[in-house]
Formats: sequence, structure tokens, C-alpha cells
Amino acid sequence: MEALREGGFDDILALCGGCCSCATCHVYIEHGPEELKAPGSDDEDDLLESSAHRGEGSRLSCQITLDGAHDALTVRLAPED
Amino acid sequence: MPVEIGSHYDVVIVGAGHGGTQTAIALRQGGFSGSIAIVGDELELPYERPPLSKEYFAGQRDAARIRIRPEAFWADKDIALLLGHRVARVDPAGREVWASVGGRIGYGKLVWATGGRPRPLPCHNSGAENLLYIRTLADADRLKALAETAQRVVIIGGGYIGLEAAAVLRKAGKSVVLLEMLDRVLARAAGEEMARFVEAEHRRHGVDLRLGTRVEALEGGDRITGIRLAGGERIPCDFVVAGIGIIPAVEELAEAGAATGNGVLVDDRCRTTLGDIYAIGDCAAHRNAHAELAIIRLESVQNASDMATVVARDIMGQGQPYAAIPWFWSNQYDLRIQTIGLSIDHDDTIIRGDMASGSFAVIYIRSGRIVALDCVNATRDYVQGKALILAGMHVASDLDRERLADASLPLKSLLAIEA
Ligand SMILES: Cc1cc2nc3c(=O)[nH]c(=O)nc-3n(C[C@H](O)[C@H](O)[C@H](O)COP(=O)(O)OP(=O)(O)OC[C@H]3O[C@@H](n4cnc5c(N)ncnc54)[C@H](O)[C@@H]3O)c2cc1C
Ligand code: FES
Repeated sequence: MEALREGGFDDILALCGGCCSCATCHVYIEHGPEELKAPGSDDEDDLLESSAHRGEGSRLSCQITLDGAHDALTVRLAPED
Repeated sequence: MPVEIGSHYDVVIVGAGHGGTQTAIALRQGGFSGSIAIVGDELELPYERPPLSKEYFAGQRDAARIRIRPEAFWADKDIALLLGHRVARVDPAGREVWASVGGRIGYGKLVWATGGRPRPLPCHNSGAENLLYIRTLADADRLKALAETAQRVVIIGGGYIGLEAAAVLRKAGKSVVLLEMLDRVLARAAGEEMARFVEAEHRRHGVDLRLGTRVEALEGGDRITGIRLAGGERIPCDFVVAGIGIIPAVEELAEAGAATGNGVLVDDRCRTTLGDIYAIGDCAAHRNAHAELAIIRLESVQNASDMATVVARDIMGQGQPYAAIPWFWSNQYDLRIQTIGLSIDHDDTIIRGDMASGSFAVIYIRSGRIVALDCVNATRDYVQGKALILAGMHVASDLDRERLADASLPLKSLLAIEA
């Protein structure tokens, strides 16, 4: 989420700053490693469940840890709920 | 980076915190093309406040990682960020504000988003050098620096900020005494069951938590060496952290003639009683739809952000009332606390799940309806509970209570029964 912001995805709200409490950092992983396309924890899964816009590759971007292997990641912002 | 101050902006926002920045962001997101300035008295680029007593204090996130937006954002979006300027006076007739440095700035619409400053301890040395409050990044930096060398800390006030600071300091191995004047912690924020649970957790982690304790004096003058309690006992300490609430920063608006009470009074569009002047966030006293329209102030990121959106829309002619459901979070030790709704004036509670397991929810009921949940390590209940609150779910029978208390039944399945 921080990386997205730095990268110019400035519409991302991310209100709770990564505390898994707001779901305002919702994105879709369009291209990238398969393991990034599924929620990383039950909490993330539960929060995504609350979004009317959950779809394929839905993630809370604050819960994605980026490393060098993810250079080729394409994400799209989900609409606000 | 010196910024040229223009003489007039279509929208002038006072306060570069959560609400102020979000107003500017929402205006640009909504396609607003007028000129926007944010005047803020802090020097740092706008940053998130919640981590100051959590991840930032604990050293898990640094200053660059708590910025609300990267530095380039503001110029990119043509938002003039006038930092290090304090608005000292508002002239509603002349439609201008007077900045402490830089002179007068005219406005079309003014958005007051100034938050509040920590309530000082009522003692003569409330400005002592080793007495800290946690509101700004500068405060948090001072606290971190002190905590590096000091060992014994006394925290005054058992609200969320004091409790979070206690958790971080205990994790860092400090000896922590927490003094609360009332007979329980979180008196303003949560119900009794939740308070008792949190108290027990802090004690389990080694905090010397004292309830119903009055501070008589801070001993040592400008450098506090100990706290004297009302009973006469003396607690020696290296520094003191006070978290006893804030005073909303509304003096300038009050002087300009705005109606104030506990904060500046706003209507359901966040308009003050002065024309073209809005107020949002921690300083805005409003009738809250989730508190039976009682006039309250909320101190939360949710409230600041959602009010900002209401104002941005109103400025763009798409006004709609502020009615968003409140939510809040807090991290202490390995507890993720998440609150949805407002438990103010609840008259009944149901404990869902087993408190002893460390994962449960307290369901708050007012006049027979679910109004809020405090969830501890129970994000699913936090998420699903929202729907129950929005639906105003009735708790009519013992069977309802049993079901709500049974953590194996998803909350959303109970809503289906209700419908
Ligand atoms: C330590 C801490 C932890 C918190 N944790 C949480 C949490 O976990 N979850 C949550 O939801 N909320 C939390 N909060 C509350 C949340 O940060 C506030 O509710 C939120 O910041 C309010 O936004 P605001 O815009 O009203 O005020 P602020 O963010 O305080 O911004 C106001 C700004 O205006 C400036 N200002 C004041 N007067 C003037 C003036 N005259 N001229 C120019 N500038 C001025 C102030 O210096 C400040 O920079 C926490 C707060 C603190 C301090
Ligand atoms: S930033 Fe709130 S859930 Fe990701």
C-alpha cells in the first residue's frame, strides 16, 4: 500500500494505515505471482468479504509485502464501497 | 522548500492533519478545479497520527512510512501546502484568515480542521521537560528519545493513547505505572466488560495499573522526579506521559463569532454558524446519527475522513448529510481491538465468544437494538457486526441472546434470521 502510494496510486485511501480495519486499500492484482492473488490471512479475507466489489485477485494492499520478485506486478484500484 | 503564499484561494483548509488533507484529496478526486490551500502549523509533511502511539513509537514504521501522501503529491494535485503557518485570526466578513507568518489569505470556503491539543495536567508544572503528551510527531520523537535512556515511566490517563503507550513501553522492557482517576480504564470509549479485560491484559503484561487514583502533585519542578498520590504515596519516575484527552482548537473561530460548545458546532453538512465556514474532525461538535442525534465530538480517523468527504461534496454542490458509521481500532500487545458503531448510552451487553480465549466481541445494545461492537482479535465479527448495526437488529428474546453469544454462528447468518 505504501509502495502503491509512493508509486503514484494516490487515490488509495488506506485510512487505517495497514491495521486491517478499513478495507479502503482494496486493489485487484491483475498480473503477478499467483500467491499474491489470494488473501494473506483470515482477517484480510473477512474484511474483503465486506466489500461489494470483491473480485478476482482482490487484496488489501496494506497486507501485501513487496519484495524484489514482485517487480512485474500490475494492480488496479477497487472502487470505493 | 519555501512556498509562495497566494492572496486568495477558492478553498482554504486550516490544519494539515487527517481531516484537512482528506478534504483536499476528496476535492481533487471529485474533479474540483478551483484553487486549494492547506495552512498547517506543523512543519512535517502531513502524517498519520494513530501510529504515534503504536508502530511509530515502537520503531516499526519510520516517519517516511506514516506520511499521508508522498511529498510530490501535493504539487502534482495543485494543492498549496503552507506548512509552518498558524492561523491566528479569522475574519468572516472580509473572508480572509490571518496567518502568523505570511499575512492574510482570502478564501471562498474555509474548512476548519484543527483537531485539538492535549489537555494539560492541572498542576503548576504541567510544562515540565520530562512530562510528555502524544499528539504530534514532534511529541512522539521526544518521547522516543526519552524512553531510550529512561527506565521508569508513569502514565497518567487510561484512555486508548495511554494504554497503547503502556503496551509499547512494556514491550521495550520499561517499568510502567499507569494511573487512572476513575474506577476503570476506557471510561469514555468502551463498556465495563471491555475495560476489565483490557485492565487484566495490562496487568498480565506487568503494568502496575492503579484505578481510582488521584495525582496530588508532580514532584521535582521542571524536571519531574516522582508523582505524589492523593493518599501520600510517592512513585519515583524518570518521565511522565499524560493522556487525559484534548481541548478542541476552536478559539480563533469562537472569536470570529462561531457558535461553540465542546468544540465548534456544526450541522449535518459540517457547516458552522458562520457562512462558508465548515469545521470537521476532532474539533467538530455535531449531532451524530449513531448516538441518537446527541451532540458529540468524535476523535477518530473515520470521523475526520468521512466529514472531509461530506464537506468536499458540499463544496462541489453534491451535499449529503454526515451519517457514516463510526469505527476505530487500537493495538495493544497482541490484541487487535476493533470497534464499530457507538456504544454511548448502551443499556445492555452480550459477550460473544470466550473472553478468556483472547478472541471475543462485546455487543452493545441500546433500547433493544444492537448499536456497537468492540471486537478483540475478531475481525470477522467487526466486519459482519456492521451489518447488524446498520439494520438496527433487535435483540428481543433469550434465543437471540444465545445466538449472538455463540461465536460459532456467524453474525451475518443471524441477520438473515432477523430479516
Ligand atoms: C497518539 C494518537 C493515537 C491515535 N490513534 C487512533 C486510532 O488508532 N484510530 C483512530 O481512528 N484515531 C486515532 N487517533 C485520533 C486521530 O488521529 C484523530 O481523530 C485525527 O487525527 C483527527 O483529525 P483532525 O484533522 O481533526 O485533526 P489533526 O489530525 O489533529 O490535525 C489538525 C492539524 O491542525 C493543526 N492546527 C491546529 N490549529 C491550527 C491553526 N490555528 N493554524 C494552523 N494549523 C493548526 C494541528 O497542529 C494539526 O496538525 C489517535 C490520535 C493520537 C494523537
Ligand atoms: S489500510 Fe486499512 S485495511 Fe488496509
